[in-house]
Amino acid sequence: MITLNDLKVGEKCVVKEVSSECSLHRRFTDIGLIEDTNVECVGMSPAGDPKAYLIRGAVIAIRNEDCRCVLAELCGGDRE
Amino acid sequence: MSLTHSSTGMSVGKKELAVKRKNENDRIIAIAGNPNVGKSTLFNALTGMNQHTGNWPGKTVANAQGYCRTAENSYVLVDIPGTYSLSAHSPEEEIARNFICFGHPDAVVVVCDATCLERSLVLVLQTLEITDRVVVCVNLLDEAEKKGIKVDIGRLSDMLGVKVVGTVARKKKSLRALTDALDTICTQNDNVYRIRYPDEIETAVGMIEESLSGGLCVPNKRWQALKLLENDIALIAETEKTAGQTLSEADNVECAVKSAREYLERAGIYKNRICGVTAAAAVSASENICRECVAFTKKSYADFDRRVDRILTGKPYGYIVMLLLLCFVFWLTLYGANYISEILSALFSKLEVLLVRLLDAAAAPVWLKGIITDGIFRVTSWVVSVMLPPMAIFFPLFTLLEDVGYLPRIAYNLDKSFKRCRSCGKQALTMCMGFGCNAAGVIGCRIIDSERERLLAVITNSLVPCNGRFPAIISVISMFFAVGTGILSQSLSALTLTLVILLGIGMTFLVTKVLSRTVLKGVPSSYTLEMPPYRKPQVLSVIVRSVFDRTLFVLGRSVAVAVPAGAVIWIMANVNAADGTLLSACADFLDPLGRLMGLDGIILMAFILGFPANETVIPIIVMAYMSGGTLTEFASLSQMHNLFISNGWTWVTAVNVIVFMLFHWPCSTTVLTIKKETGSIKWTLMSVILPAAIGIILCVLINTAAGIL
Repeated sequence: MITLNDLKVGEKCVVKEVSSECSLHRRFTDIGLIEDTNVECVGMSPAGDPKAYLIRGAVIAIRNEDCRCVLAELCGGDRE
Repeated sequence: MSLTHSSTGMSVGKKELAVKRKNENDRIIAIAGNPNVGKSTLFNALTGMNQHTGNWPGKTVANAQGYCRTAENSYVLVDIPGTYSLSAHSPEEEIARNFICFGHPDAVVVVCDATCLERSLVLVLQTLEITDRVVVCVNLLDEAEKKGIKVDIGRLSDMLGVKVVGTVARKKKSLRALTDALDTICTQNDNVYRIRYPDEIETAVGMIEESLSGGLCVPNKRWQALKLLENDIALIAETEKTAGQTLSEADNVECAVKSAREYLERAGIYKNRICGVTAAAAVSASENICRECVAFTKKSYADFDRRVDRILTGKPYGYIVMLLLLCFVFWLTLYGANYISEILSALFSKLEVLLVRLLDAAAAPVWLKGIITDGIFRVTSWVVSVMLPPMAIFFPLFTLLEDVGYLPRIAYNLDKSFKRCRSCGKQALTMCMGFGCNAAGVIGCRIIDSERERLLAVITNSLVPCNGRFPAIISVISMFFAVGTGILSQSLSALTLTLVILLGIGMTFLVTKVLSRTVLKGVPSSYTLEMPPYRKPQVLSVIVRSVFDRTLFVLGRSVAVAVPAGAVIWIMANVNAADGTLLSACADFLDPLGRLMGLDGIILMAFILGFPANETVIPIIVMAYMSGGTLTEFASLSQMHNLFISNGWTWVTAVNVIVFMLFHWPCSTTVLTIKKETGSIKWTLMSVILPAAIGIILCVLINTAAGIL
């Protein structure tokens, strides 16, 4: 198990749980970031934070600290 | 950053949409959809209007309505803000939902992004819960095709039970299907797809639904029951307002909600999880639909975007590219503006000769001739010839960047820096809009969800120069800091200009940081930022649009200010006061402060008179200098340079003028907009005093430092 912020560019994961304490819980639900969603990390901003994630066909930037409450399981992808 | 009346603050501040029908039979159509799926492009194509479009989410902040006719009907189209869901977490979502629920639209067009249908469909399914009268419009089909994404429109229509049309909003012909669908929309439809919730929820919803009477104003009972179960306070309040009765008064309803919740609790679904469960059901429903209707024929359809992103937003090039791009845009602006400027001034001096002859022929009195030619005509022609060209080049360039989708990337790159100042990357977006027009930038701040961060963005917006101030800064730079000739001098000017802009951006960071540690204390809020796919810009339409929508609008405003300002200056320069003219008396009064700041009284007065439009500041200075001297001819920047030198300008004066141009009070339009957006005199005053104080202090410091050196 990892938290979403641990995902490195090129890695993929499946979301296992979005903690209800997450300040962005509702926003995550709106963009489809819920249990069993496939997420790929597709980029990192020059400062390292935020990172860009491919979620249900859209690229969305989320700050590392906001990703900490998303539990996930790695599922391949090619790490760079 | 559209510079129309609606977006510069003349019609903002409403939470609800007031729809104006042209005649009674007009049908009201709401255009809903996720952010950045081409709603505004579609709206423009259908109505023939010029609502500003751009490739970034959240751009439509002011609501627009337009009219459209088909052979059978006439429609009022309402462009509602883009939302991800109808659960109303933000003001935009609330506006959108309230309009769909209580605005009595005859139909709702939900615009979807074909390249990202799965997410768009969630909104479709939520809309279908409220009303059956929905037309689904799968837009951006061309883009999807390029990416190898195939959408089976027919199958989608069968599954959803409503009309689905595929469109390419940029191509007007493809919209025929949409208008046809609107003409034939049914009022009754029993085949509509319904989200199937987990059994426990369905049972609970059923329990509440039974208790609801027909008297409530919400179109759909099932949905109303669901919202009661979710305890959606905003919606319940709105329903009560519309229905004119409180729901809690209806005992049986309250009772039913209570027992439904108890039932769920026994089934293991606690109150705080209900929303999550229902939302997840909607998401997986759309996932299932997409599995049947969408085929991905290219495995790595977004490879190009990812590669570009790696350069534009990655290490180590992200920042460098951003700087180079900024520099390049300025260089192009300076380079092109020079040419156009010269052509225009030559044209205006010929026109002036004509005007003088005309007035002579009409035997106009000397004072009238003075006011018209030396006052009004000259100031206006300088505003047009010196200030217009940079705008006419910068606006389209900026719009191109916006159209391609680069702006959200800037926000992405700068987020960390803004976070350090306890703000968010979206402030970078509004800052960029400020380069176009501060008033538009201030309105754009609505995309920021956190109240505190929105205020930070509003107050700091005028610390970056808008298009009215750019040309002034550019002309001072080219007069005083462009050594050498040709490319070298222009590159040098572009570099200087970039430094000036960086000073503005740096000050934005500094002020944001200071404010969020003092009067606007708080921690940075969380947010997500969508990065849209790169899109090929529509070059021609960008140019046409930016010239007509923006440049001419700004020009019109500055001419409207320049005409009376020219007349006032001429009168002041020609009416005698105690000793000397009224102009010299005023300038003398302001002179001590001006000198302290390394300026002079005239410059300071020009800044004050330029309050309605900053474009007029430099022309007013020139005019005031000329009225005192013997110079009568003016055609180029070099003559302007000589005029300034002979009035005691040094490089220190030039630096101070640039600094004060960068940091002084915002123009009157911006001030009014800030008042409307914040609804507070305190914050409005703050936004006026803060930049002015920074400017004055910096100028005094620079002047003192230069004096010591």
